[in-house]
Amino acid sequence: MKYIDEFRDGDIARKLAATLATEVQPGRSYRLMEFCGGHTHAISRYGLLDLLPPGVQMIHGPGCPVCVLPIGRIDSAIELARDKGVILCTYADTLRVPASGGLSLMRAKAQGADVRMVYSCDDALRIAREHPDREVVFFGIGFETTTPMTAVVIQQAAALGLTNFSVFCNHVLTPAAMVHIMESEGDPSRVALDGFVGPAHVSTVIGYGPYEGFAQHYRKPVVIAGFEPLDVLQSILMLVRQINEGRAIVENEFTRAVTREGNRKAQARVAEVFELRECFDWRGLGEVPDSALRIRAEYATYDAERRYGMAYRQVPDPKACECAAILRGHKHPRDCKVFGTVCTPDHPIGACMVSSEGACAAHYTYGRFKEIPLRAEVSA
Amino acid sequence: MSYTRPLDLKHGRVDLSHGSGGRAMAQLIHDLFVRHFDNDYLRAQNDGACFPLPAGTGRMVMATDSHVVSPLFFPGGDIGCLSVHGTINDVAMAGGKPLYLAAGFILEEGFPLADLQRIVVSMAEAAREADVPIVTGDTKVVEQGKGDGVFITTTGIGVVPDGILLDPRRIQPGDRILVSGYLGDHGVAIMSLRENLSFDTAIKSDTAAIHGLAADMLAAVPGLRALRDPTRGGLAAVLNEFASAAGCGIVIREKAVPVRDEVAAACELLGLDPLYVANEGKLVAVCPAEDAEHLLDVMRSHPQGRDAAIIGEAIVDPNGFVQMETTFGGRRMVDWLTGEQLPRIC
Repeated sequence: MKYIDEFRDGDIARKLAATLATEVQPGRSYRLMEFCGGHTHAISRYGLLDLLPPGVQMIHGPGCPVCVLPIGRIDSAIELARDKGVILCTYADTLRVPASGGLSLMRAKAQGADVRMVYSCDDALRIAREHPDREVVFFGIGFETTTPMTAVVIQQAAALGLTNFSVFCNHVLTPAAMVHIMESEGDPSRVALDGFVGPAHVSTVIGYGPYEGFAQHYRKPVVIAGFEPLDVLQSILMLVRQINEGRAIVENEFTRAVTREGNRKAQARVAEVFELRECFDWRGLGEVPDSALRIRAEYATYDAERRYGMAYRQVPDPKACECAAILRGHKHPRDCKVFGTVCTPDHPIGACMVSSEGACAAHYTYGRFKEIPLRAEVSA
Repeated sequence: MSYTRPLDLKHGRVDLSHGSGGRAMAQLIHDLFVRHFDNDYLRAQNDGACFPLPAGTGRMVMATDSHVVSPLFFPGGDIGCLSVHGTINDVAMAGGKPLYLAAGFILEEGFPLADLQRIVVSMAEAAREADVPIVTGDTKVVEQGKGDGVFITTTGIGVVPDGILLDPRRIQPGDRILVSGYLGDHGVAIMSLRENLSFDTAIKSDTAAIHGLAADMLAAVPGLRALRDPTRGGLAAVLNEFASAAGCGIVIREKAVPVRDEVAAACELLGLDPLYVANEGKLVAVCPAEDAEHLLDVMRSHPQGRDAAIIGEAIVDPNGFVQMETTFGGRRMVDWLTGEQLPRIC
């Protein structure tokens, strides 16, 4: 498997870890946020935390699109499928996100709602063409990575003159959320973060240019990193070096896929179909200005929110849930009282426990054994 | 001269009369099932099959398995051979020599008889190859829309020789964990054909009856602690079942777990973990440490175990956690699967 194995070489990883250990300054802490859930997943899955020197601490950010989807939006999707009788097409990992009243899309499906798992929004379009007598709604979620595909299917639907297809748009934007994290304490200097591991797939679309102003303004280094374990380790080393040298710029570790400009064609499609929302409610982060997209008036026919007169109702997160603090990097999953007891991947209470990319689910699935000491090690 | 219109096995379809208990059902059973499964027990046309047990038999073992796979036909197999292999393997994983099978069919009205024949022929071949006859069965037809073409339940009976006691509760710290070959082939072959997900792959399902391999292993190492075929839930589910039953932990080494490059690549693409992907012709074994190398040699000398590997060991851990040493030297848990393994969105 060329092009993958090179980025999973254990020997290189150990060498990188050794270099990191020599460059980390004693007594200094390096609090690094990996914004993207893909990095959280890679760090947990490959046991990367074991390779990091004590001073380096990884903080899981809000970059899991499933985790930041607020309850009110899932409720609306369920209403569409259950009460309006539409075929609701959705990506797989949104199916289990907890909604109000103990529901989720998966439970609504079991109760008779026509919810269908799709692997791409193309499939939703196909279903609409196959069922001209039914209304089909694609539940569009995700960061900049998935947005261009949604734009393309809306344009395809328009070109085909489909009248039974629309999109419930919940696409959100990365840079706005990063800014929100820095502003969340009222004073950016109080935010205890020293640098950001920047998103991989998102940056293939938007490029690394959009982070330059952020790094400069907040004096926080950003290193765009691929999702392979060596990518992540290398990016941590690059961040540590910037911090040691007092630099705060955007560096691109993921040069094999990311350029400064990104994918111009994809950006153009997105701009044609979507416009900025003034505000969007994020689970865990609350209202974040200029942080999401809605469908432009030219494509109003394909906007499920307009078509069905959907009004957003904010639903507070469960009281016991610490997702908000965890998504901002203020708390570790183990600090949450319901972690691993009431809230587990099988019965998620909070959003961070839903997707495998969520901070709590990743820690529960891959790392919780570290908090329970073993009585003996591997036999000889 | 029977004056009966023959079954149209080319263009005909299952209809409700095929499950009614009347002439049409008798014809379906006689012309399709009995014809292909052909043996004395079936020809007797009793509702059950009476059979003698081998002399000096130890204990009996019975296993049953329902098959609802979609799609019904996939690279390397179909629901028919799968239903035979799956149950034979369940008997074998209890240490048993499989003797006889029963097969129950739930057919959906409208299902093409040609496809049903293809499935039945595949079952017959699988049973013949494994030398485990299908000696009794049942057929029901449900209305269109109330089934998924064909559901097959197979039940197997076998005998476990004296002296063999496979029970994961016997696993002790220090015992070694072995697998018989590359993991994830079946799951990836099935997924490659799923609606909305089709991708080209040379990977074929590993579906096979592995009772011969199990028998060789038990003959060589009668003190084997446990055997299990890692079907749904994959290797991860089996290891968690073992750890939970034994009340000890398990550590495996990522480097030692055999996974084909193509399977790893497909899992990458879909955001899945090969440790959780289904297999249909592989086994996981646990044996005392001192027997591990010998057992490995025996497995590798059998065609179905030539890619066998020792992948880890049991450890003292009252929490019953399964851990994996990654290729990086770090450790992570290999937890139970949560819900279904679902592809990530980005």
